[in-house]
Amino acid sequence: MSEQAENRIDRRFAKLRAEGRKALVTYIVAGDGGIENTVPLMHQLVASGSDLIELGVPFSDPMAEGPVIQKGHERALAHKASLRRCLEMVADFRRDDGDTPVILMGYANPIERMGGEAFAEAAQQAGVDGALTVDLPAEEAGPLSGLLAERNLRNIFLLTPTTSEERIRAITELASGFIYYVSLKGVTGAGNLDLDSVHENLGRIRQHTDLPLCVGFGIKDGASARAVSADGDGAVVGSVLVSAVGEAGDAAQARDRVAELVAEIRGELDR
Amino acid sequence: MSDRKPVDFAAFPDNQGHFGPYGGRFVSETLIDALDHLQEMYARLKEDPEFQAAFDYDLAHYVGRPSPLYLAERLTERAGGARIWLKREDLNHTGAHKVNNTVGQALLAKHSGKRRVIAETGAGQHGVATATVAARLGLECAVYMGAEDVKRQSPNVYRMKLLGAEVIPVESGSKTLKDAMNEAMRDWVTNVDDTFYIIGTVAGPHPYPQLVRDFNSVIGREARAQSLEEFGQLPDALVACVGGGSNAMGLFHPFLNDSDVKMYGVEAGGDGIDTGRHAAPLSAGIPGVLHGNRTYLMEDEDGQIIETHSVSAGLDYPGVGPEHAWLKDIGRVQYVAANDSEALDAFRALTRTEGILPALESSHAVAYALKLAATLSPEQNIVVNLSGRGDKDIFTVAAIDGIEV
Repeated sequence: MSEQAENRIDRRFAKLRAEGRKALVTYIVAGDGGIENTVPLMHQLVASGSDLIELGVPFSDPMAEGPVIQKGHERALAHKASLRRCLEMVADFRRDDGDTPVILMGYANPIERMGGEAFAEAAQQAGVDGALTVDLPAEEAGPLSGLLAERNLRNIFLLTPTTSEERIRAITELASGFIYYVSLKGVTGAGNLDLDSVHENLGRIRQHTDLPLCVGFGIKDGASARAVSADGDGAVVGSVLVSAVGEAGDAAQARDRVAELVAEIRGELDR
Repeated sequence: MSDRKPVDFAAFPDNQGHFGPYGGRFVSETLIDALDHLQEMYARLKEDPEFQAAFDYDLAHYVGRPSPLYLAERLTERAGGARIWLKREDLNHTGAHKVNNTVGQALLAKHSGKRRVIAETGAGQHGVATATVAARLGLECAVYMGAEDVKRQSPNVYRMKLLGAEVIPVESGSKTLKDAMNEAMRDWVTNVDDTFYIIGTVAGPHPYPQLVRDFNSVIGREARAQSLEEFGQLPDALVACVGGGSNAMGLFHPFLNDSDVKMYGVEAGGDGIDTGRHAAPLSAGIPGVLHGNRTYLMEDEDGQIIETHSVSAGLDYPGVGPEHAWLKDIGRVQYVAANDSEALDAFRALTRTEGILPALESSHAVAYALKLAATLSPEQNIVVNLSGRGDKDIFTVAAIDGIEV
């Protein structure tokens, strides 16, 4: 990792480490439940105890997602959500929240369409802190990583149970912000979480990097969040929140349900 | 082309799977390890005489190769120009070129020791070809197929089931081939330890575009030798339909370094390129990233993949193999489109003049060949890849004619 000025992600993890707390990273799909309801939902996530927000950028072909988040993408696209709109949402969010890190999580093609440089520029302007592009592995990520780094934005990489030792070394060198460890072989929301494997792999990764390690995929509640973050620095929760938004009758109900879920997980993480 | 430095086409892709700016490996991290293993295994077996002998044996004794190069005399007469030769991939076991690739990938699956294979399919030809080799090797087989395609290709769905495959209808997105590919990728990510993904076209993450091309290149190698034998020279032009582009790549590749051989890839023009309702990314798309590779895509201004339209399920795909994208940019292959109605006319023309029912996919190539032949002289030769037979399409054609079969 090159020497860069601190950004919100670094500050947030430094603060959590100082307090001896685990990070709660929450994922929602931008525009799911209505374009105008996303920013209030982001503020609700923070109010209920989220440390860092991953804003899902809707894509027509979300290959790595399980059925729950796929449906979230489809609903968001039906509301005409787009990468451009996501950036507007973050700018809007920043008017009332200057501290909570926001990461855009999505797929390569909307960024390709906008152009890497235009995207990096717009992301910085909007107050985005980093990007996680699921289908942009280390081999293909170079150009975008450079454009983000020039603007002090972080490029978040995934490591998985299938990542070789050699790749862990290469990717941790390229990574910044934090490492997102995918807890299982599968899509988001899958049910085959294996805690022993998480324990072992976080240990392997830890030998190569001091970056914070957050664990995601298959985290359903406070208990599983607490279990996976025991050896790491935090947990990522997505499908349960997207499911709650999908099932809610209206925006207020969605916020209430999400608030409840996030508060429960926060409580367990801080226990 | 003439003032350009000659490119050695055999040297592509590079070892990261790039054809110029296209190709590559755009997948989530979970699959990289499996792709690395596949690439390593393929690089080794490609040079292994025993593996090649096993592949050649299967092509000869199971697929029924070589497929004939047939002079379509009455079709030639009808076009009124160059002689039209048909490379008869429709005569292969299972009725299309797809089996060349599945026989090859099945051998890879066997070497990998995995007990289960999965595939995506559009028209069902690749699904059938995969289910066929899985039955032969005793492998478990699941085929993902868009729910729309399940409806319009019911004979192939039943064939796959007879062969013992599980056919999984995909209800997400546009419910066609692209969504089937998304779902197959999700299956693979989940079951990567014991599952071999048999991709059916020259697209997807490296090394798939390369290995699918290599397995189908038997088409072009045979056509080259057969041309020399039948008319004593190389063809003046090659014509093949392009969806993902595996039959076209298979025919074209062994001729790419023969700069006098012109090549035409025919995309699905649907209702017409100017209507926007088509499946012709090379004719009217722009470069982007989907399904593991960078290539030409049909997408909107936000980078969302848009729905495609074609009478032929096998061409109904918003992307195309990355090598085609590159061949377009450097001008080695001309990409054109044939509309639904032109393809249907060609379907009828070939059926009535030669007694050969072509697949609706291949009918697009026949449609363009008829036009092209008329612009050439009778001493010239066009080789058209008749990539599949049309038995699976008779219900679609009957429905268009308003007939209940």
